[in-house]
Amino acid sequence: MTSLRVEDVGNKWLPAKISLNVAAGECAVISGPSGVGKSLLLRSIADLDEHNGRVSLGDSVCADVPVTEWRRKVGLLAADSAWWSEKVADHMPKIPSEQLAMLGFGKEVMRWSVDRLSTGEKQRLAILRLLANKPSVLLLDEPTANLDPDSVQKVEQLLLEYCRNKPAALIWVSHDIAQAERIADSRYHFDEKGLNEVKS
Amino acid sequence: MNMISLSALDLSMTALLVVALAILSLRLQLGVTRQLIIAAIRTTVQLLLIGYILKFLFENVHLGYMAAISLIMLLFAGREVMARQTHPYKGLWGFGMGTVSMFLSTFIVTLIALTVIINNDPWYTPQYAIPLLGMMLGNTMTGIALGLERLTQAAREQRTQIEARLMLGHSGMQAITDIRRQSMRYGMIPIINSMAAAGIVSLPGMMTGQILAGSPPLEAVKYQILIMFLIAAGTGFGTVIAVVLGSKRLFDERERLRLDRLRSS
Repeated sequence: MTSLRVEDVGNKWLPAKISLNVAAGECAVISGPSGVGKSLLLRSIADLDEHNGRVSLGDSVCADVPVTEWRRKVGLLAADSAWWSEKVADHMPKIPSEQLAMLGFGKEVMRWSVDRLSTGEKQRLAILRLLANKPSVLLLDEPTANLDPDSVQKVEQLLLEYCRNKPAALIWVSHDIAQAERIADSRYHFDEKGLNEVKS
Repeated sequence: MNMISLSALDLSMTALLVVALAILSLRLQLGVTRQLIIAAIRTTVQLLLIGYILKFLFENVHLGYMAAISLIMLLFAGREVMARQTHPYKGLWGFGMGTVSMFLSTFIVTLIALTVIINNDPWYTPQYAIPLLGMMLGNTMTGIALGLERLTQAAREQRTQIEARLMLGHSGMQAITDIRRQSMRYGMIPIINSMAAAGIVSLPGMMTGQILAGSPPLEAVKYQILIMFLIAAGTGFGTVIAVVLGSKRLFDERERLRLDRLRSS
């Protein structure tokens, strides 16, 4: 099984040394006050910032894997989605229509221009864009913060199904306690003192 | 050549025009009087100085002197490229990137022009080499400064878009490809525009100077065309090199966007 191991990860913006393990098929939820470095931790795991410590996926250590390959396997979903081209289709390969339908889109969405999309639509499409890489790890930075309750439920379902079927390791940052209880296999609290598992 | 030599009196009379302008701007409270006077004095002193340097070089033709003056011109141009950036690269890169690109493009193009096309004896005859290199450096400097400025500004503005692509597994070069193209275009647009407008909207300065100094217009035109082509090549190649170097420097070996390598304003 390709579980994600994070050992003593930190950098100059993230002084605490963070360690955690997430097995494939498992969803770990991290919560805690803003500004302690949850997003920075996810960025370091995706190797988007310089960092100390060691991150590995199964037998492969991050530093030994070509970084573009690493980021396709360890997919980071930022809190705000960003788009660099005019049409939706410019940003992703063909998405299976079942997946589109699951998040409430028809096939024609690929022809839409990005300007027309609402924040919530962009966020849902960003999730599909990320899943198209078939990552083994998903690092999700408040993926449902900008969504209406109906979409939240659909997104949770899609991501958890992906987690179980692939199987993929999920790290899900959420401030929503009810959501954490719904989706988490393990729960962590991240504050100034560092990251600690919450035993329920 | 039927060149009319200017006397000190001739220059003094034109200086009076500048003084008149200075008085007017003082009365209108434009706040530029001081700058205007200083700039006028600078242009006189600097040009006289370069006049004496050129006179010396013309009388003492030697490859060593030419190499030295070329190097000095190059270093000043490199410093100017860096000074024109809102967010120059930190450390030696800020100065080195523009200087290396200018060296590679202008020196090679000028060398080809001097040895193959003009082909004087010796090829480094200062009367040809210095004005040629000066014009090449001046224009290439502008192109490179514009290209790098566009590159660094756009990278800062579009940070989230670039990083979104990195997160999806794109390489740094893929993630910045549109910005890179745009920056190269920015650097080349001025020379393309001046080639397109030459002769219709503007009479290029070099040609005008030659004609004033008594050259037959068609000879002056041929030289101007030569210079335009050389400048276009030098500016274009220089801008491409600088933007490629600059965009590589924006990412590290793990394809992370490194805006911390730019100075904050």
